[in-house]
Amino acid sequence: MTDHPEAGNPPGIYIHIPFCVQKCGYCGFFSVTDRGLIPDFLTALRSEAFSYREQWNRFDTLYIGGGTPSVLTADDIGCVLDIVRSAFTITPDAEITVEVNPGDIHAAYLRGLRVAGVNRLNIGCQSLDDETLAFLGRRHTARQSGDAVRLAREAGFENIGIDLIYGIPGQSISRWRETLGNALSLAPDHLSCYQLTIEEGTPFAERRRKGEVILPGDAIQADFFLMTSRMLEESGYDHYEVSNFARLSETQSRHNKKYWNHTPYLGLGPAAHSFDGSRRWWNTRSVDAYIGELAAERLPVAASERLTPDQLQMEALFLGFRTKRGVNLEDFKRRFDCDLVQEKGKLLERLREEGLVEIWGGFLRPTRAGMAVADSLALI
Amino acid sequence: MDNIRNFSIIAHIDHGKSTLADRMIQYTGVVDDRNFQNQILDNMDIERERGITIKSQAISLPYRAKDGRIYTLNLIDTPGHVDFTYEVSRSLASCEGVLLLIDAAQGVQAQTLANLYLAMEHDLAIIPVINKIDLPSADVERVIEQIDSELGLDPDTHLKCSAKEGIGIEEILEAIVERIPPPTGDTEAPLAALIFDAKYDAFRGTVITCRIFAGTVKAGDTIRLMYNNATHRVEEVGRFILTREKRERLAAGEVGYIIAGVKTVSDVRTGDTITLDSRPCAKPLPGFKEVKPVVFASIYPIASDDYEDLAVSLEKFKLNDASFIYEKDSSAALGQGFRCGFLGLLHLDIVQERLEREYDLSIILSVPSVRYRFTLRDGTIVYVDNPTHYPEPMSIIKSEEPYIRASMMLPERYLGAVMKLCMEKRGVNSILNYPNPGRAELIYEMPLAEVIFDFYDRFKSVTQGYGSFDYDLIDFRESTLALLDILVNGEKVDALSQIVHRERARARGLQACERLKEEIPRQMFKIAIQGAIGGEIISRSTISAFRKDVIAKCYGGDISRKRKLLEKQKKGKKRMKMIGNVSIPQSAFLAVLKSDTE
Repeated sequence: MTDHPEAGNPPGIYIHIPFCVQKCGYCGFFSVTDRGLIPDFLTALRSEAFSYREQWNRFDTLYIGGGTPSVLTADDIGCVLDIVRSAFTITPDAEITVEVNPGDIHAAYLRGLRVAGVNRLNIGCQSLDDETLAFLGRRHTARQSGDAVRLAREAGFENIGIDLIYGIPGQSISRWRETLGNALSLAPDHLSCYQLTIEEGTPFAERRRKGEVILPGDAIQADFFLMTSRMLEESGYDHYEVSNFARLSETQSRHNKKYWNHTPYLGLGPAAHSFDGSRRWWNTRSVDAYIGELAAERLPVAASERLTPDQLQMEALFLGFRTKRGVNLEDFKRRFDCDLVQEKGKLLERLREEGLVEIWGGFLRPTRAGMAVADSLALI
Repeated sequence: MDNIRNFSIIAHIDHGKSTLADRMIQYTGVVDDRNFQNQILDNMDIERERGITIKSQAISLPYRAKDGRIYTLNLIDTPGHVDFTYEVSRSLASCEGVLLLIDAAQGVQAQTLANLYLAMEHDLAIIPVINKIDLPSADVERVIEQIDSELGLDPDTHLKCSAKEGIGIEEILEAIVERIPPPTGDTEAPLAALIFDAKYDAFRGTVITCRIFAGTVKAGDTIRLMYNNATHRVEEVGRFILTREKRERLAAGEVGYIIAGVKTVSDVRTGDTITLDSRPCAKPLPGFKEVKPVVFASIYPIASDDYEDLAVSLEKFKLNDASFIYEKDSSAALGQGFRCGFLGLLHLDIVQERLEREYDLSIILSVPSVRYRFTLRDGTIVYVDNPTHYPEPMSIIKSEEPYIRASMMLPERYLGAVMKLCMEKRGVNSILNYPNPGRAELIYEMPLAEVIFDFYDRFKSVTQGYGSFDYDLIDFRESTLALLDILVNGEKVDALSQIVHRERARARGLQACERLKEEIPRQMFKIAIQGAIGGEIISRSTISAFRKDVIAKCYGGDISRKRKLLEKQKKGKKRMKMIGNVSIPQSAFLAVLKSDTE
């Protein structure tokens, strides 16, 4: 067990690259397809980073996500890293991740990222079967996914993660098992397996309304979820968060864990979220407005909220139950003056009997089945 | 007195009663168009939404007739549901005539007939009015034919209107003047005033609405309420012209209000007679009866912190609803609450809704019950309306339940289905009459408990809305009873217990388990629902656990959005009652009484 919470740990920095070649029907993240805005975006990003220099200083993770960061050239990524390094201190051992699309990368590109200082790649494979990729509207093939992982290895990346999506309408559990097997054969250091959800405002949401896309019910979703967990854990991957699996504790996403344990993070770029321990704010969901505000020397913040103790407590619960190690009981008591074992003893006992939670080493943690109902656990 | 007309509008639901009232109010210029609001007489939100009138109302309309004289037309609005039949009868007793409103497209319906009979009982002048003649589906000729054949009225007496379009309103007003007789009564005789409604006013106390049958009353008089001989000094009398309009006196034949320092509406009784203390009338006006609640249920706050608020709200509520009674109660499963009495299930429904809406309370109602009578071994007789107080079975030597006489009017073609339903509901001693060709009057004696147990809905459904139903309590009859308990995950939920007829126990137990299965949302663990009599489990159902609810993606730092979703869910959960570890929604408690719709 690593220490928890990492309140004393340095914060993380997230940079949202709001560009994609095309929008995917299921994706609710913010992006635009007009890549002509990239130069102005980089200028704005520099202004934004420098405007936070006073309050924020040292970071030990940097995550470049999107959108599709790999629509940027390796030089542009290098430029982003330069901006961050010139504005802030990045620790020498920092985890520096870039999300890439399998179809965008080739050997030279990957070498460029390595040179820029990127040490972790997250490859958005989404699937390793062409039928599913077509359903999702991805612009790459299964073959390109496999090639991308091999190329990354050859380029010297030692920490490679791949993203997969499952629970797709019409997908059988055996087809998914096959995909997982193929993924394992690529020996990634990290796997994110996301069960398909339909976000409001996406083309999929519209297709669902029309009855074209029907998601499986909770029992089937649970079967997929539990099978995934079992299969990957049996293959040596630790199911450390609802959708995340790591081969080694060092290859867990250090950055994403900050979101899950209330470590502060600074988000730069359009639609990025930031959290300083008590306040959360988020940027405008418009590239033009983002560029415009910063050109006018204003922060592109759309809104913010100060979290009440009740809200922090609810977050601590729902985020805690999403992770395998669960909620640190002592820490929870100290932060919220709430002794969970004392106050919810009878219910927790019942949930324990049901095989949904257990208390282990001072943590109230979900079992595999418990993780599947983490939202309800958070409402106890 | 010759210039007064007292009348009601009676109709089947949705035949346009409120719209016609609105139009008459507008026509007589009582309210200008700018201040007009639909369904003026239904001034509770809940009345407007449900389109039903819960309380009686009166409004005086000044009308200059074609004969050049100015008349006061007192429109007395009546509630339209079987729970409030007594209130309707008192309102009609205050009239000399009615407008019988019939939808031109739908024709004569069940309540048209039921209302007609009520009006006939009171010897009222009846003016049939065909409404909605502007509808494309209107079939006026057919309705005229029905007025003759089904209602037995002179078809030539009908009027036609479209209340919505304001067509035919003047003709109706003229007919009221010409055909409804003016009231009679001796203004010199001792005061006799019939109370047909009372409303609470925060500043003035109870405002009594009444019809003066004899004598006069004015500010300064000391009045006596004849049912309890309480005396009050009159502060103000007047008429309603949308708002109260003070007058010097009210005299025989008139309809108006009396304010006399009466603290709550519970201090007056609908149907009682008001007279003068100094010169009382010889006997009260006929027809008074004390309305007693027949359905009982407990009300609990969902959050126990809200108990005090609930207590205060019930006290306020009671100010304006004399037929609602309550007392303290407590439940092992639901904590502190109140046992309440209602006139019927609709009344119960309305009280629940008003408490939630007007007083912003989240409440749980226990399973409704009637009042049973037990004779115990030691000779004592106990009345039990709360399953929690069911006597020790060994100590009971006789159990009795209340019976009603149900009168039903229906087209002959539904007779078989209705008789089957009545038999299923343990109906006995049936009487069948044919007042008109094709139309049957069916009378059954039935246990009241069976009637509150979804009889009315099923009756309406088997008669496709063409049946009308009314009932009177008759007596207590011996019956074999049992206490049906419901266990949720092994824990007895006393608020779900019911007293049932022994022979029906198993069926009711099964039904309760099935309904609860539908009403209780799936939770993280399996929920077992059991019905038990004594220690014996007689029925069970299981609600399976849900197995997956977590959203896959929760990063990019957008934790707030996710939290807001959960906060919303948490709020929903707070509207449910935690019993043991199970969240039970409000709806579950009433659902237990409903059978599967066929």
